[in-house]
Amino acid sequence: MVISDKLDKFFDEKMKEYPTKRGFLVPMLLYTQDELGYLSDEAIAHLAKKTELTELEVRNVISYYSLLHTKPMGKYHVQVCTNISCMLRGGEEILEHCKSKLGIGHKQTTADGTFSLEEVECIGACSWAPAVQVNYDFHENLTNDKMDAVLEGYRKKR
Amino acid sequence: MAEVKNVTITVDGKQVTAPAGTLLIEACKAVGIEVPSFCYYPGLSLQAACRMCLVRIEKMPKLQTACTVPITDGMVVATDTDEIRQARKSMIELLLGNHPLDCPVCDAGGECELQDMTFKYGAAESRYMEGKLHKEEQQWSPVVFFDRPRCILCYRCVRVCGEGMDVSALGVQLRGSSSVIAPNEGDHLNCEECGMCIDICPVGALTSGAYRYKTRPWEMKHVGTICTHCGDGCKTTLGVRRSDTGMDIVRGDNRDKSGINGDFLCIKGRYGFDYFDHKDRLRQPLVRKDGKLTPTTWEEAIEHVGKRLREIRDSKGGQSIGVIGSNRTTNEENYLLQKFARTVLGTNNIDHHRTADFAGFARAIAGKENITATMRDVASAPAILLIGNNPTERHPLLAWNIRTNVRLNQGKLYVVNAQPIKLQRQAARFVQIPEGREGKLVAFLNGDDAAAGTLTGASGSNDALKQLRDELKAQKNLVIIFGSELNGADITALVKFGSASGAKFICLGDYANSRGAADMGLYPDLLPGYVAINGPHKYNEEWGSLSKTKGLPLQEMMQAAKAGKLSALYVVGSNPVVDYNFDPAALQNTFVVVQELFLTETAMLAEVVLPAASAYEKSGTFTNTCGDLQLLKKAGDISGIKSDFEIIVRVAERMGTEVRRLVPFGSGVRADMGQTRGAQSGEADRHSVWLTANNLEPRFSPFDPYAMLDEIQRLVPGYEFSRLGLLAGNDQHVNAAERSNAGVAEGLVQIVPANDTLFTSGTLGRYSKTLNNVLENRRAPQNKEVMAD
Ligand code: SF4
Ligand code: SF4
Ligand code: SF4
Ligand code: FES
Ligand code: FES
Repeated sequence: MVISDKLDKFFDEKMKEYPTKRGFLVPMLLYTQDELGYLSDEAIAHLAKKTELTELEVRNVISYYSLLHTKPMGKYHVQVCTNISCMLRGGEEILEHCKSKLGIGHKQTTADGTFSLEEVECIGACSWAPAVQVNYDFHENLTNDKMDAVLEGYRKKR
Repeated sequence: MAEVKNVTITVDGKQVTAPAGTLLIEACKAVGIEVPSFCYYPGLSLQAACRMCLVRIEKMPKLQTACTVPITDGMVVATDTDEIRQARKSMIELLLGNHPLDCPVCDAGGECELQDMTFKYGAAESRYMEGKLHKEEQQWSPVVFFDRPRCILCYRCVRVCGEGMDVSALGVQLRGSSSVIAPNEGDHLNCEECGMCIDICPVGALTSGAYRYKTRPWEMKHVGTICTHCGDGCKTTLGVRRSDTGMDIVRGDNRDKSGINGDFLCIKGRYGFDYFDHKDRLRQPLVRKDGKLTPTTWEEAIEHVGKRLREIRDSKGGQSIGVIGSNRTTNEENYLLQKFARTVLGTNNIDHHRTADFAGFARAIAGKENITATMRDVASAPAILLIGNNPTERHPLLAWNIRTNVRLNQGKLYVVNAQPIKLQRQAARFVQIPEGREGKLVAFLNGDDAAAGTLTGASGSNDALKQLRDELKAQKNLVIIFGSELNGADITALVKFGSASGAKFICLGDYANSRGAADMGLYPDLLPGYVAINGPHKYNEEWGSLSKTKGLPLQEMMQAAKAGKLSALYVVGSNPVVDYNFDPAALQNTFVVVQELFLTETAMLAEVVLPAASAYEKSGTFTNTCGDLQLLKKAGDISGIKSDFEIIVRVAERMGTEVRRLVPFGSGVRADMGQTRGAQSGEADRHSVWLTANNLEPRFSPFDPYAMLDEIQRLVPGYEFSRLGLLAGNDQHVNAAERSNAGVAEGLVQIVPANDTLFTSGTLGRYSKTLNNVLENRRAPQNKEVMAD
């Protein structure tokens, strides 16, 4: 099985609530990515079959959303916002700092697989800019020092 | 269906009345107002992506897209004001943001919708400072190339491949200005290679392997003719150039959307014409000398054939000669060939490679009115029953029309097949039955419930069968389409079932003119129009008295040859050695003459091989598998060859026949005024105008197929069509099968379907570079980058 049986059963159940099978595609992609860390070729084939779409159509959807990945990401995916509010309050500096601290660039992963980095557009945390999202957690009002602490916290967690 | 109300709107001051719900862009078209559009394409889902069709509708706050607004009563619309022109200009400026402005080196230059619009609205000067996104051109398959920067993201290709072809090999990846069209296999296509996406692309983003960078649209002659491959009879416009061999066909398309196929062509129609200049094409007659086929002159070859046939006929009698006709020669040639066999050679031993039981079909529907469906009916019938065959592979246009019907007219499709076939995706009901039980199914439809027991194989349950029968019975105006799985009595039974509810029928045969071969009497027991040789008929009156004895069908000719009783075999455009398992050893002592394009397995056994014109090099008519008659127009000349028509006439003449008795040329008011010269007809017309102006007679020709067509129209029951309609390029439905008088069938007929796939086409397909290329190379070259990178 490409994804866990539990998740697959959940998909089968939940899909019934949608008017069309394809209507449930985006949530399934997100759940699958959460479980596998990324959307593998096998996972794409599996979901295409489930939704009666071609693999190409599933890939079309994935490529539309920058938050969906077809290559493995780090365990902690650091998403640094550089959109207007964050940019005005130092978002770009945070990004540069992360780059030198982690030794990786945009959409790259550290050799040990712990971190990956991505420059993203507004994540809806403008009031507390500059903001960074790591997986589903938000970190706000950041400075370089605070960012170091955030990264350190995750490094310890692993 | 509820009556649709008409509404009246005003466009640029003109009143337009159309049914409510008509799209504004179509309503405008109806009164000759062209609203520019890129993404809108009739028959495909609405996209509203390009914003080129913006118009001002009174009382609406913003400009509206005419391609998505249905008209309502009293609407007042402006399509050409300063405001709108400015809006369109801005849209073009956006489109040109990433588009290179190098029309002079683009393949679409001269027939590009973006180029036209840029000329009209003028946005050639960009105010953008950003660099253009550039990607290298990619080859996605042997026939499809993609040049990303030229793409204006109208999504026509994506929709035609998904909705029209039901292939869905193209998609859109990424988002916004980085959106890009992507093929299904990452860096290449795995698809039906129909080229519809290329044809429909308004710009030069998708280009065709056959045509790209070879010529310009204004450098070609455009000849409207018929595809030479399957039995569906698509109209195609050939782009023809002069070349050192006489002509060069560089492309085939049906951009004018005329005819039974609209803009559809499958890979064979669009690219498979390229066998015409294959290096192995015969260009000189061959005569066997010292055991070897040796090139010779036409004079010598015809002399040899005429002399030998005359000797054999006079010494051994016509019964010792056999004639095998073709599924891809014109009606006129088929008619001429059987007339030649019966009146010059004096034999009824004439047959052809039968891919469907058209004679059985004619017997089943004889005397019935309105019983055959046209190819157009397939696109509009409320319900269709398809028994056997796999049209996606073997009748691509039929499959396209079925899909169009289901998609746009909510037509109901019922499929019965021994195999799962692709069209079941469109089917309201699909019943799988065991191989070879199609006849049982017909019995079941006719009320034989016991037959159900033999049918419930794979997926079909008794209930499913009963439901199918009940639903079919309730259908009015059903079209029933069947493949070669059904013949003889089974067809009669099927007709009995369907005609009770007023159904119409289509019998599916392979190759471009198999229906014409049958209609024109390439049968040992039937004259043209399925008229029994031993029954009453009119042919005696014009041709002199004919033998009433049935001739030998193909398989019996082989037995006669084995027994040493076949002294001569005359083969036109057929390869019985391969297609009918005709034993080559049987022909050792038979004088074999073959008219062919290539040195086939049969031609290799011949004593004389006569190089014949392909259907691109001659004029005449073809009848498609539904009975739709269409005009074939000559695209050009190839040096060294002659049409089958001319060859037969010359042989007959050399045998001492008075040619005028064979071809009634030079009489009446019709003559070859250049029709037979197709692309060169302009010249011929001018020539005849000049002749007339100088009080000279136009040259009437014994090789004029229209003289034969005159006789066909006069003598063949069911071929009384409108000549004017035909010459105007319209399909004419003929009713030879309905009007037949075939008598009773004797013995079993051997039906051998061609079983071609989408990428094969009998002898011709073997010599098509593109088809072979696709077959060998289903794996496209490796590209360095994948679209979404
Ligand atoms: S060639 Fe035909 S099947 Fe292939 S991608 Fe184009 S439209 Fe689709
Ligand atoms: S490739 Fe051509 S048809 Fe397809 S979206 Fe681009 S411009 Fe339109
Ligand atoms: S569907 Fe048949 S007639 Fe039409 S283009 Fe294809 S091969 Fe030719
Ligand atoms: S701009 Fe960074 S969160 Fe909105
Ligand atoms: S044609 Fe109307 S938006 Fe493209």
